[in-house]
Amino acid sequence: MSDMMDDMEGGEGVVKKFMFVNRKAPHGTIYALEGLEVVLVSAAFDQDVSMVFADDGVYELIKGMNTKGIEVKDFSKTYRALDGYDIEKLYVEKASMDARGLTEADLIVDVTVLDSAEMANLMAEQDVVISY
Amino acid sequence: MPMVEVAGKSFEVDEEGYLTNLADWNQDIAGYLAQEEKVEMTDSHWEVVNFLREYYDEYQIAPAVRVLTKAISKKLGADKGNNKYLYELFPYGPAKQACKIAGLPKPTGCI
Repeated sequence: MSDMMDDMEGGEGVVKKFMFVNRKAPHGTIYALEGLEVVLVSAAFDQDVSMVFADDGVYELIKGMNTKGIEVKDFSKTYRALDGYDIEKLYVEKASMDARGLTEADLIVDVTVLDSAEMANLMAEQDVVISY
Repeated sequence: MPMVEVAGKSFEVDEEGYLTNLADWNQDIAGYLAQEEKVEMTDSHWEVVNFLREYYDEYQIAPAVRVLTKAISKKLGADKGNNKYLYELFPYGPAKQACKIAGLPKPTGCI
């Protein structure tokens, strides 16, 4: 990226760092599904997109979910499609996983596990942080 | 929601003509939806439609065009995973038309 690049020249837009923070359990509210759809749409704009899973948000990535009993779509498989949308930066907060007795092996996608300090630094680097 | 009748059975579609219940889908309905889209189905069309159904089954979403071309390229080869090939088959947009015929919802991120 050169300093010359701006949204007025060459058809190239400004690339900003967008972070979507997921803090809620997958079902019971619409936040997780809507948040995921926003991320999928954001992929069309060639931005630097990352996702964070913290607090109950780590439950969104649980492997082997079964939603038959609550009669809603199991969209957990959709997290595996993110790679195809070039959204590869998935971060999980370690303390949130530990508090729920989860490890990376319980998750449906490959993630980067960060401690709270690392997560705070990463958040500070972002242009936009959207939290659900 | 509007209903359509195909081969003596009626099915629910949304206001844009997308099938409401994925599980209702069968070849007759695909044929009907293709007719609505003025697409003459060939083996090449079916290949894309079936690919989309497999994609949906695996990821629970209808892919955006860019994602679809990349995924097809990977599985069926670069000569099929490109816009030219797919738009020749589905002139009004492969994601939109092929997804509709495949009985999937309108693609997420289709803007």
